[in-house]
Order: sequence, then C-alpha cells, then structure tokens
Amino acid sequence: MNIAFSDDAMKEFQEIVARYPNKRAALLPALHLAQREFAWLPREALEYVGRLLELPYSEVYDTASFYTMFKLKPTGKYHLQVCHTLSCALRGAGAICDHVKEKYGIGNGETTPDGKLSLVKVECLGSCGTAPVVQINDDYYEDLSPEQLDRILDGLKTEK
Amino acid sequence: MFEKVLTRHINLPDSQRLANYEKTGGYRAWQKALKEMTSDQVIEVVKQSNLRGRGGAGFPAGMKWGFVPKNTDKPHYLLNNADESEPGTFKDRLIINGNPHSTIEGSMIASYAIRANTCYIYIRGEFVKEAKVLETAIREAYDKGYLGKNILGSGFSLDMYVHRGAGAYICGEETGLIESLEGKRGWPRIKPPFPAIEGVFRCPTIVNNVETLACVPYIIERGAEWFKSIGPAGGPGPKLYCLSGHVKKPGVYELPMGVNLKELIYEYGGGILNDKKLKAVIPGGSSVPVLTAEEIDVAMDFDSLAKIGTMLGSAGVIVMDEDTDMVNALLNIAHFYRHESCGQCTPCREGTHWAEKLLKKIKSGQGSMADIDLLAEVADHINFRTICPLGDAAAMPIQSFVKKFRHEFEAKVRKSAA
Ligand SMILES: Cc1cc2nc3c(=O)[nH]c(=O)nc-3n(C[C@H](O)[C@H](O)[C@H](O)COP(=O)(O)O)c2cc1C
Ligand code: SF4
Ligand code: FES
Repeated sequence: MNIAFSDDAMKEFQEIVARYPNKRAALLPALHLAQREFAWLPREALEYVGRLLELPYSEVYDTASFYTMFKLKPTGKYHLQVCHTLSCALRGAGAICDHVKEKYGIGNGETTPDGKLSLVKVECLGSCGTAPVVQINDDYYEDLSPEQLDRILDGLKTEK
Repeated sequence: MFEKVLTRHINLPDSQRLANYEKTGGYRAWQKALKEMTSDQVIEVVKQSNLRGRGGAGFPAGMKWGFVPKNTDKPHYLLNNADESEPGTFKDRLIINGNPHSTIEGSMIASYAIRANTCYIYIRGEFVKEAKVLETAIREAYDKGYLGKNILGSGFSLDMYVHRGAGAYICGEETGLIESLEGKRGWPRIKPPFPAIEGVFRCPTIVNNVETLACVPYIIERGAEWFKSIGPAGGPGPKLYCLSGHVKKPGVYELPMGVNLKELIYEYGGGILNDKKLKAVIPGGSSVPVLTAEEIDVAMDFDSLAKIGTMLGSAGVIVMDEDTDMVNALLNIAHFYRHESCGQCTPCREGTHWAEKLLKKIKSGQGSMADIDLLAEVADHINFRTICPLGDAAAMPIQSFVKKFRHEFEAKVRKSAA
C-alpha cells in the first residue's frame, strides 16, 4: 500500500493542525483522516501520521490502540457494529447477533471469507431509545429487526 | 403549563439551520450578552438561575465558571462535552440533530463568561453524522459573524471547533476528555488541580455538557427567575429525560425538572411493553443504583433521587419488565465497565474483571452463596478508591442489584446446587 495523503487530504490535514496550539492534539483527527483515506491503520499509516506530527511510532500506537474505532486490523467492507449494551440487549440485540452468525456465518470479531462483511459487538452507541441499534460503517440503523437488517445489507451490496 | 424550550422546534423542517433558529429567537441572547453584559454579569445570572450540570454530576454551572482565575495570562478554554456515552443516554444527540445552535450559542455565551477565545466540542467518534451537523452549524455561525474575530464589534473573539473522539466511554469523564483532546489515551487525571485552574494544554478550562450549555441562551434571554420557576429550587429548569428498555414509547421527553418517575414511565412512556409488570428501573444511566418497582413514585431531580439512595445522573431511564433476568442485566452492566475501565487504578481494573467473572460464574450455574457476598465485597473495594468516578459507577449498580434483587442471585445458586 502506498501510504501518503492525497493533495486534498493533505489540505484537510493542514486545516486540522491549525485548530490546536500543538501538533500532538491533532493526533485523533489525523488518525480519523488516515483511516478514511487508507480504510484501516496498518503500521505504515501510524508511522506516516507520526512523521507528519513529529511523534514517534510508539506514541502514535499507544494512543491509537486505546480507542476502539481505530482499526489496527482490516475489517469487512461493511462493518457491522452491533450495540449489545443493556437497553439494546433488552430489546433484541442478541437476536441480531444470532441472526448474523446463522445467516452470514460470522461471530464477534470475524469477517466473511469474501471480505464483504464483518461483525463486532460494541458498547452503547448513544441511541438507546431506538434499540436495537447497529452501526454499519458510519451510519446508524435503528429499531432493527433481523429481517430489516437483511434488507439493508442486500441494498448496500447491490449499490456497487 | 410547562413550555418546552430545548426541543420545542426540533420537529420543524430544517430546525438545525441557523435562519430557522433565529426565527424562533435564536442568537438574541448572544447579542445581549456581548452588547449589554460583562462576563461577570453572565456568570452571576447563571449562578442565580441555579442551573446544575446535565452531564451526570449536577454541579452548579455558574459556580464552576466562577472558579476560572481572573489573573492569568494563559488562554482559557471551553469544552462542550458531547461524548454522550453513559448507557441509557441519548439526549445530546437529539439536541445536536434538532437544535444544534442552542448548544453552540450556549457555548459562545459560556466562553464569553469565562473569557475563553477557543471552544472545542468534543463529540463521540461514532456520531459521524452529528459531527457534520455541528460543523455545518458552526460554519453558519461564522458566516453570520457570531464567531471569529471581534464579534459584532464587541472586541471579543472566539473560535469554535468540533473534535471527534474515537470510541472510549472514559473520554466522557472531564479529565479523560482533556487528555484525549490533547491527543493521548483518555486516562483521567488526578484532581486537584481542577480543570478550571489547569485543564487542557495546562490552561484554565471549563467542561460542560451539551444540554447544560443548551439551557444557557434561554436563561440569558428569559432571566434566572424564569428558569427557577420550573421545577424544584435546588436544581430547576427544563430537562431532557431518556426513556429506554421495556416501555411502549421509548424516546427523549422534555419535561420540568422533578417530573414523577412513575408518570414518566406510564403517562409519557405509555407503560410497560406488552402490558407486563414492571420489575426495576435505572433512573440516571447505567452507573446509578437501581430502583425496584415499589420505589418509582419519586420526583426526577437531583435531591429527590439522592434522598432515596440513587442519582439523576444523565437522566437515562432504563426500564426492565417482570421477566428481566437481573443477574443477566447486571452482567451486561458489569461487562460494560470492565471493557471501559481505562486500567490506570488497580481497584477499578481488577475489580471490574472480578465482578464480571463472578457474575458469569453465577449466571452459568457454577456459583455459590459465598460468590454473591464476594461480588458485593469486590464492589465495596472499588468504591471511593480510584482516580475517577468510573470506579464508583461500576460499583454502584453491583451493590444495588445484589442488595435489592438478592433473591434472584440466590435462586441461580440454589438451582445450580440442586
Ligand atoms: C465515566 C464517566 C463518564 C462520563 N461521561 C459523560 C458524558 O458522556 N457526557 C457528559 O456530559 N458528561 C460525562 N461525564 C461527566 C463529566 O465528567 C463532567 O462532570 C461533565 O461533563 C460536566 O458538565 P456539566 O457540569 O455540564 O454536567 C462522565 C463522567 C464519568 C465519571
Ligand atoms: S477509576 Fe477506572 S476508569 Fe477511572 S481512572 Fe481509575 S482505572 Fe481508569
Ligand atoms: S444500549 Fe444500545 S444504543 Fe445505548
């Protein structure tokens, strides 16, 4: 993988850095940007961000590994983040996970062999009133039944 | 009649646009503060209003602002806490999506009050759409001249930025948030020094919740007396309650501070799903002690809930029906705190592990009566022995579940013994 920001991403990066009194504070937004550009954060991406912000790899890794949203391993093209905290658990999050396991053959932390779909159980997504909630990549899908999830996934797959 | 303010216009089309916010009186308070009031006067009105923090701890906002030192030459910072990560809580998201300018205007006024020229809105990373809504709203405010240099000719300058978190409950804790904003792990700091003296970038910093700040423009515009006329004097105002779990109509309800919990569940929430009986309610997000069905005839405000041994917290009301397995429910909560403990303090790191392990054991039918006592003991050992309140937040549910629903834990143990 060729790890370098495109011109547009570099411009965005410069804008981000300008918001803070020091470079270190730009680390989280820079990692978000890198993840958007490179799909996940391989070691080279962390090193690259480190070079831009004048931080050693060890410190970039130390921070990146603390946060669940930074992907230090690749995920499926459609990354299902199923909330399984209390309000969602009370309203059927378990059935969603069971369904994904049964129909697509993946459990917590797994990806389908074709790389299309991955599943991870996550903690409360801050949308408990519309439980159960699944975040697919950036988007929230709320008040979901297993059948609705299938329909959403079918729709996403036929998009491209 | 109670008049909604925070959510009054959120169902109108494009309620998130600045022009529509202004049509309903928006940004008048900002102009008033800048043109007619000194920063000390703003603090005084907010003190008078008795506005208490909506993020969980209920600390008086005006008093907190007053702690910012007057004689430093360091820059000051205002941090709007939009981390919204307490399980059962989803009110700030509603404000951001439907009325973002209220919390932005509140942040402007608070920045002016504490003499901060920079404000960051720290929003949880999962709220991708909401971060964009805020960015758009902030851009509108710059275009209108409500942000930037020498705002409306007042001589006051303010920049505002959205800063996204990346998935960590602990970054909702104010010093964890500060560390995270500095580009580090969200490891809470030992207090003192308090953020008001030494916060982000070692400068005086105030952290307030989205909803707390959203109340501020209305207070400045309508006055402290208006605010105080809503609900109990010890912590008044309009309040967003989050209803989730086994209720017919889950959602966010704006009601006066001090609404009766039973009424909230049965009148507003439409009662228990499938007309079942109620078993238990967590009134303020997963961190606070649970209530039994017999205890819910109580006013939802800071002092009334404290009186019966629980807390208003973030007003995340989680309802559980008669069929809820309380051991399972507690295991779910214990798992959350084990996962979210940042690992700095031994009692919290080890205690949350132990608690989850013991609960798994009890659930799977391998537990003994001694394990139930041990579980309560583990919780007692976390409480009050940690850097940040996450330790207490992990302990309180355990202590209250075991105390109030002990028979369910014992039944599991007896079943396994038989
Ligand atoms: C573990 C933990 C998580 C917290 N999460 C949040 C949160 O998501 N949002 C929030 O506003 N406050 C949260 N708080 C409370 C903050 O530390 C702080 O008290 C609050 O943001 C202050 O704002 P307020 O005075 O306006 O309530 C949390 C506290 C703890 C201990
Ligand atoms: S109490 Fe827990 S979460 Fe808070 S600082 Fe200590 S280990 Fe971290
Ligand atoms: S418990 Fe699932 S969104 Fe809060």
